Amino acid sequence: MAEDIKLTIIDRDGETHIVDAPTDMGMNVMEVVRAYELAPEGTIGICGGMAMCASCQCYVINGDEVELPEMNPDEEAMLSEAFNVKDNSRLGCQIHIEPSLEGLVVQLAPES
Amino acid sequence: MIETDIIIIGAGPTGLFAVFEAGLLKLKCHLIDGLPQPGGQLTELYPKKPIFDIPGYPSVGAAELIDNLMEQIKQFQPGFTLNEVAETVEKLEDGTFIVTTNKGTKHHGKAVAIAGGLGSFEPRKPELENLAFYEDKGVEYFVKKPEMFAGKKIVIAGGGDSALDWSIYLADLAAEVHLVHRRNEFRGALDSVEKVQALKDQGKINMLTPGEIVELKGTDKLEAVVVDIEGEKREIACDYFIPLFGLTPKLGPIADWGLEIEKNAIKVNNALDYQTNIPGIYAIGDVNIYPGKLKLILCGFHEATLMCQSVYNMLNPGKKFVLKYTTVSGINGFDGTRKEAEKAVVKSIE
Repeated sequence: MAEDIKLTIIDRDGETHIVDAPTDMGMNVMEVVRAYELAPEGTIGICGGMAMCASCQCYVINGDEVELPEMNPDEEAMLSEAFNVKDNSRLGCQIHIEPSLEGLVVQLAPES
Repeated sequence: MIETDIIIIGAGPTGLFAVFEAGLLKLKCHLIDGLPQPGGQLTELYPKKPIFDIPGYPSVGAAELIDNLMEQIKQFQPGFTLNEVAETVEKLEDGTFIVTTNKGTKHHGKAVAIAGGLGSFEPRKPELENLAFYEDKGVEYFVKKPEMFAGKKIVIAGGGDSALDWSIYLADLAAEVHLVHRRNEFRGALDSVEKVQALKDQGKINMLTPGEIVELKGTDKLEAVVVDIEGEKREIACDYFIPLFGLTPKLGPIADWGLEIEKNAIKVNNALDYQTNIPGIYAIGDVNIYPGKLKLILCGFHEATLMCQSVYNMLNPGKKFVLKYTTVSGINGFDGTRKEAEKAVVKSIE
């Protein structure tokens, strides 16, 4: 079985959670947040993970330490319309859990 | 007053399939939806996406699934109140319900099934100070009556299809159209992007990109917006500001109906029939919550089926109902149609 990786997720109240995420279940960061209930249901992953709502926007804190997937045009377009966007904004649903993400630190963007 | 048996709030896949299951039990349905067309998220958010987990369909387009459901329920003649949001529910002494929409349309039914999915779609609002103050005083989230913009100065913000389409439409009607978007690239039909380019070249649309609205100005009503273009602030005099940042679902007025809510969803009795804490009001599909809930279309279909059986039993106490199979009984449509399997021929061969 593939090994889990550790992710650090800072929730919308500023609380830090270190969680295990499986690399062999085709999960993404948004789904991990939901699985651990780190944001209330109905406030994250509203579109299900199709890069259509930006409810899973997060700020990648240590982007230089992990290998993030390239942004696809859907994610880029959604982030160009979303609110509270920063230079390190990504959509959690578009970051798939891979071994290369070991140690990733993300902070959930405010609900909008 | 619209009369029906089951008032269904939400015309997504779960609500539509409920019409079919109700029809088999000779119950009539009327659907209410805030969107202008049936289909819910499937037609509004992802019409072209394939869905791979509908039993029996290796792959089906979201819009195609809705078309098929509409075809499947046609024989049961459902009524629709579209473009209206169910706002209040009133339980009468005889146990029946009146559901009234935001436009005042009244529906009288024997049961209510909330199949509201993610909730009603509301415009996403930019975070701007005093935004609420200027609503209906120059800030509009929809272009409902285009004629009100004739000869006016308009600022549109957004980078998707609706921002492009309304800029094109209003370019000929308004005195000035300014289009603000955070990037130079737009996400929309190629045809629309090209049209906006042409209108920009003709001087009919003023592009303010990459830009962002940072301030609204005006004493009694909106008089100007301030656009930040790469750090440089410009004031644009305008009569209307139309932010078009898409729609986001909110549980909406249903949240105030006295239903038990948990995690932004309606708690139901899943051991029995998906009824809420108010007898006669059910919640099915993505809008409900119970232990082990999965937000899947196929689960919504199952929940709709059990809900209809429960409504039948509630309305016909003491009547023994035996589940019928469509393969055996066929279907009698309310429109007089009859569908049934072809009978085998019994004939001896000499």
